[in-house]
Amino acid sequence: MCGIVGLFLKDPKLEPQLGSLLSGMLDVMCDRGPDSAGFAVYGAGNHGFVKLTLRGPDGMDFAALASQLGHAIVPRGTHAVLSVPAAEEGLVRAALAGLAPEVRVVGTGARMELYKEVGLPIEVARRFKLESMSGTHAIGHTRMATESAVTTDGAHPFSTGPDQCLVHNGSLSNHAGVRRRLAREGVNVDTENDSEVAAAYLTYRMRSGDTLGEALEHSLSDLDGFYTFVVGTESGFGVLRDPIACKPAVMAETDAYVAFGSEYRALAGLPGIETARVFEPEPAKVYFWDRAA
Amino acid sequence: MNLSLRSSSVLDGTTHVDLATSTVRELNGALHALKPDTNETLWKIANPRGLHAIAAGLDLPVSVEIDGPVGYYCGGMNKQARIIIEGTAGVGVAENMMSGLVHVKGDASQAAGATGNGGLLIIDGNASARCGISMKGIDIVVKGSVGHLSAFMGQAGTLTVLGDAGEALGDSLYEAKLFVRGTVAGLGADCVEKEMRDEHKALLASKLEAAGILGEVDISEFRRYGSSRTLYHFHVDNVSSY
Repeated sequence: MCGIVGLFLKDPKLEPQLGSLLSGMLDVMCDRGPDSAGFAVYGAGNHGFVKLTLRGPDGMDFAALASQLGHAIVPRGTHAVLSVPAAEEGLVRAALAGLAPEVRVVGTGARMELYKEVGLPIEVARRFKLESMSGTHAIGHTRMATESAVTTDGAHPFSTGPDQCLVHNGSLSNHAGVRRRLAREGVNVDTENDSEVAAAYLTYRMRSGDTLGEALEHSLSDLDGFYTFVVGTESGFGVLRDPIACKPAVMAETDAYVAFGSEYRALAGLPGIETARVFEPEPAKVYFWDRAA
Repeated sequence: MNLSLRSSSVLDGTTHVDLATSTVRELNGALHALKPDTNETLWKIANPRGLHAIAAGLDLPVSVEIDGPVGYYCGGMNKQARIIIEGTAGVGVAENMMSGLVHVKGDASQAAGATGNGGLLIIDGNASARCGISMKGIDIVVKGSVGHLSAFMGQAGTLTVLGDAGEALGDSLYEAKLFVRGTVAGLGADCVEKEMRDEHKALLASKLEAAGILGEVDISEFRRYGSSRTLYHFHVDNVSSY
């Protein structure tokens, strides 16, 4: 089944509340996906720096790792965000692989931080203190696994490019073929998960020059199966449903935000929802919002 | 299990239930427990917040007025009751309705009125895909537009759309009668446009009247669609397919 949520703020006054609003949305969607949860938050960036979201084993001593690497690390449970000058990212990654091979880089970007774990979504959100996070937009997922095992690696969001991430409700039927095609193009997919293939496909398209909107448009012809995607980029937020619209989706827009939920229940706690424009995104129609535009 | 409502109040013959403090199960349990001679014939429901299965399975001529958006299957299996939704409705509103009225004041999601046997479903806004799928006698009036595959395999009843219809309208249709005032993106297999004779205009007028909008729209603007009946009759040319 799975539940997905997304929140894109237009009103900067709401930015300090981004995490608490998304946490409330994820909580309601526990019913649709109790196996695991994850979320990506687009927070403040530091010019010239890149954020690496790391995931280590339970009890990982990130403070010790920070002093070994000589860069600032902000730990949150099993995850931590390491900020490094963009020019040194390659060096730091190499050092990290040597110092702590058990640590994985789950997301990178100027602004994106990505957290995911097995467990009841509201507990996962609490573990990472989602309610205290601020930012401009965020997406989240509650998973009921169908196509691959219940593991942290199989949890959403999937990030396959800097500041890019995707959450998916549905299942893809041609992911094996797309995976092979991406491999030929030099795009690696780390897990057996079909949704990661969709994320990698969008990364591949955007790397080839597509905007987020164009990449989503292309996925209508290249990805087969049923899906509702919510996608985040550094400045944008996109939604796409397959042409049959198998998977539910409802959106709400006000002057202050655009919100996505698998069900209206996820939106019911948002400020001003009583007067929001509530609509169901149409099948096979690309929706995206961009801060830069 | 005690399904009594923890918090309801009766004022001027109206029973008020707040779903911020009562559960849907408690509400539905109380509605199901009503006796045919009940005086509690008007229920006002606050804070529905998109919750599922509100006022499902009713079987008495009571009125239930819901003040806000509802989730899935609101008014499902309804018999006799009049259910008014002051907001949007999730998937499967009034699914398998037998009789009575369900009126959505906003948009409805997919499969509105699915498999309905009778009664009237009015949607003031749009209905998305598969509106009236497998309808078996229900009357549906949508003041906005309907999405793809509406009235799929519709067996009986009417679907009246004041706006447009999406792809594959009436696919594999049996005997449901479809009236659309706007454009149709495409007809499904075995669904064809049919002549609008006087008896069809009278039928359409009766449905518009039931929905309270007779005289507000021009009946001559509607087109009628129905089954060409080539799929569901046995045909000897198809014998190898069986």
